[in-house]
Amino acid sequence: MISILHRKTGTLPPRRLCIQVLRHNPADPASVPHLQPYEIEEAEGMTLFIALNEIRAAQDPSVQFDFVCRAGICGSCAMLIDGRPGLACRTLTRDLGTTITLAPLPFFELIGDLSVNTGKWMRGTAERLQTWIHDATPVAIDTLETPMDPDLAEAIYELDRCIECGCCIAGCGTAQMREDFVGAIGLNKIARFRLDPRDQRSDDDFYELIGDDDGVFGCMSLLGCHDVCPKQLPLQTQIAYLRRKMAVIGFSS
Amino acid sequence: MEVIHTDVLVIGGGLAGLRAALAARKRGQKVLILSLVPPKRSHSAAAQGGMQASLGNTAKGAGDNEDVHFEDTVRGSDWGADQEVARMFVHTAPKAVRELAAWGVPWNRVEAGPHEVIIDSQRVTLDEPQAAHGLIAARDFGGTKKWRTCYVSDGTGHAMLYAVSDQTVAENIPVHERMEAVSLIHDGVRCYGAIVRNLANGKLLAYVARATCIATGGFGRIYRATTNAVINEGIGAAIALETGVVPLANMEAVQFHPTAIFPAGILVTEGCRGDGGLLRDVDGHRFMPDYEPEKKELASRDVVSRRMEAHIRSGKGASNRFGEHLWLDITLLGEAHINGKLREVKEICQHFLGIDPARHWIPVRPAQHYSMGGIRTDAHGAAYGLRGLFACGEAACWDLHGFNRLGGNSVAETVVAGMIVGEAIADFCATPEGDMHVSTALVRDCWEHESARFADLAASRGTESASALLQRMQTIMSENVGIVRNGEALGAAVEELKTLLLRSWQIGLRSSSPGANPELTTAWRVQKMLKLALCVAHGALQRTESRGAHFRDDYPRRDDAQWLKRTLAYWRDPEQRVPTLEYEALDVRRMELPPGWRGYGARDAIEHPETARRQTEIEQIRARLADADRNAVQQALMPFRHLLPPHLRGPNARLEETA
Ligand SMILES: Cc1cc2nc3c(=O)[nH]c(=O)nc-3n(C[C@H](O)[C@H](O)[C@H](O)COP(=O)(O)OP(=O)(O)OC[C@H]3O[C@@H](n4cnc5c(N)ncnc54)[C@H](O)[C@@H]3O)c2cc1C
Repeated sequence: MISILHRKTGTLPPRRLCIQVLRHNPADPASVPHLQPYEIEEAEGMTLFIALNEIRAAQDPSVQFDFVCRAGICGSCAMLIDGRPGLACRTLTRDLGTTITLAPLPFFELIGDLSVNTGKWMRGTAERLQTWIHDATPVAIDTLETPMDPDLAEAIYELDRCIECGCCIAGCGTAQMREDFVGAIGLNKIARFRLDPRDQRSDDDFYELIGDDDGVFGCMSLLGCHDVCPKQLPLQTQIAYLRRKMAVIGFSS
Repeated sequence: MEVIHTDVLVIGGGLAGLRAALAARKRGQKVLILSLVPPKRSHSAAAQGGMQASLGNTAKGAGDNEDVHFEDTVRGSDWGADQEVARMFVHTAPKAVRELAAWGVPWNRVEAGPHEVIIDSQRVTLDEPQAAHGLIAARDFGGTKKWRTCYVSDGTGHAMLYAVSDQTVAENIPVHERMEAVSLIHDGVRCYGAIVRNLANGKLLAYVARATCIATGGFGRIYRATTNAVINEGIGAAIALETGVVPLANMEAVQFHPTAIFPAGILVTEGCRGDGGLLRDVDGHRFMPDYEPEKKELASRDVVSRRMEAHIRSGKGASNRFGEHLWLDITLLGEAHINGKLREVKEICQHFLGIDPARHWIPVRPAQHYSMGGIRTDAHGAAYGLRGLFACGEAACWDLHGFNRLGGNSVAETVVAGMIVGEAIADFCATPEGDMHVSTALVRDCWEHESARFADLAASRGTESASALLQRMQTIMSENVGIVRNGEALGAAVEELKTLLLRSWQIGLRSSSPGANPELTTAWRVQKMLKLALCVAHGALQRTESRGAHFRDDYPRRDDAQWLKRTLAYWRDPEQRVPTLEYEALDVRRMELPPGWRGYGARDAIEHPETARRQTEIEQIRARLADADRNAVQQALMPFRHLLPPHLRGPNARLEETA
């Protein structure tokens, strides 16, 4: 966040914000999707987490949204903020205009208003891509751990930092067209386990999982994912690298 | 009424619940997990700094072992911990960390050779041994004699939670997300599962199980300023309390973390100070050495938080438009270190404060952080009061932490307790007692009772507002039941909380949207949270001493003669306004480490009459076994291995000991 963008507060009177929320309650047969505006006064350091909770406490107790850690760590609160996927909890209102439009992440099942079912999708992806260490040897818990190169451990963590918020899927051109596309999140996970020497799977095994148009060959390199990832994961390089590796398997088989 | 059957029902998808579920699953039980949110979003993901386990791989960890970890933990607890449990824990923690390594946690690793660190604001060169290259590294944390905290940058909880959660997917354990346990199904003797509300559509279901395990985390949200996630409302503990037969223990033992960013309350890890960060006041003066010459910034959390508040009261706080605070200075660690090992901290500072911590000091003030208290269990995690009910993790009072938990001991507790308690659950299911004969009438009664409560609340035309009551409760707790307490403020808090509880029965709803109306959810929860708040405040009022995080300026000394005991809070009658308190004595005669000075903080405790005798006895045993190895000595002082499942009893390998 560039500090020049930050509006100077202080002597100026606080801004009146108009927060428009895309409302829809699928549990209510009478509900029709519509933008509902809420007016609030901006406070110093106000985030969308604070603003939405204020709206719920003071104006409309029925608005649905999801926050958990409110610190940008858990990935619950991804939504479209003025059309762009992002984490609401760490978005400061001072970086936005006076009219702010909030909509649920597209692609995922809508629970209500700003709340979507990313959890179900992520579990499905984990099952499909088998996102766990595959190692048949029983875990030895009493002996010294197997050493690992310190740089390698850090490189794995770099890819392990994904918080499954769903922003990359919401920003993805392919996902809008192919319902079964694993997305940047899925490909990043494969890259993570592929890098990990503890996982005994070979490139052939990974090819089975992502070697088609719902996997690494579905990516159109539009880089929507890379630009919106709140953890700034190196998605672009990882997907490109993975595609080269998988293409080799594809040619040889 | 929809009824779902399983062998084991685990309520909570954080580290503790997931690990317990895995243990029971691996023993062949049918397991089902409930969670308010997708499990990877549980608050365990927010743990930053690390997990304690005495691997002793690093230069500053050399000589570490279970004995040292045990003593640090008991001193940290201000002798409130159950020492047998502490022993089980320190013995299992190295196994847990190694298991997690095998499951893919990318623990930071030791780099052999010289490297520079900051210790006590000096640049120091440490030389890591060649033999340790690539083994799991550790950083310094408060209240520990050795560098023992294993870490993954400052995203430790995230990496652990993802690895453990992926294991549950591998084991095909179903997780029912967006489900809230709203009451336990029981007959006053045995627990048979829970009544559960679907948070997506508002429907109530019955989950019937042979064994039920509560792993719902802490209850920080009864305070205004807290590092806890918004879902940490303590409902799991509250539904246990509402059975009337299960006690919550040591609820007054609430930890305040020294470095929450001010005013948002978001945590920046103790690793900041562990790695060499300093606390400064309005003048830029580093004040902690003035109060704590030995441990300085790295005394235990209760001590540092108290010193900070006292320093602010002495007029040395810095201030901004939100109020007074102090500074955390990590600029001396340098950009490279911050970018590599404190990157979440960096992001938090950027996003919530608009500053770069490599160049600017961070405004901090202590905030509620951890609940030492919770559902009282025995050493195997079985809850007092109801057969078939278990608890683990932050929701439980297994009593590893007593009156103050050490940083890094909590995520370690979640996985260790999960391993042990999950095993005990499987054992229970294998006994005749684990068989279940539940009457369908009982299940239906429980379901109807809960349905009626929600229907009444939804239709209520009362005049009280749930969010107003919630905010008032949080303010009272932060102001009157905080870091520094006294009888007058606590008495006033209890009185007002009692009134709030009465008023909460008059809550009226403004909205009536179909499905899971969030207003109804809040209204229902606030009644439960008020009961928890009353357990904390009333317990604190009655405990006329200071111990660990419970500090009273009208009773500033630790009083082992009167108060070496655990508070048990019961809510036997739904109509009662304050909990009934009972006490459970800790037995000095069986302690491996009898009460003494912690090595930091005050040293004026009132002694327990048995302490001197036990001390002499211990010295005699040590003298008699002068030639024996440390394990034999320990065994003679306080045997504990028999309490562990057989596969967790083996010795832990260490570099030094194998070399
Ligand atoms: C900001 C922060 C940083 C921390 N850093 C560290 C650290 O570095 N080292 C350390 O050792 N400790 C740390 N801690 C403490 C540690 O993270 C927690 O104590 C620990 O992770 C708790 O794990 P848990 O499994 O008991 O609970 P949680 O992870 O909180 O999980 C609770 C689960 O229960 C579910 N749940 C709750 N209520 C219900 C209900 N009624 N019905 C159904 N499901 C329910 C939730 O959905 C969730 O899945 C930190 C804590 C905080 C707040």
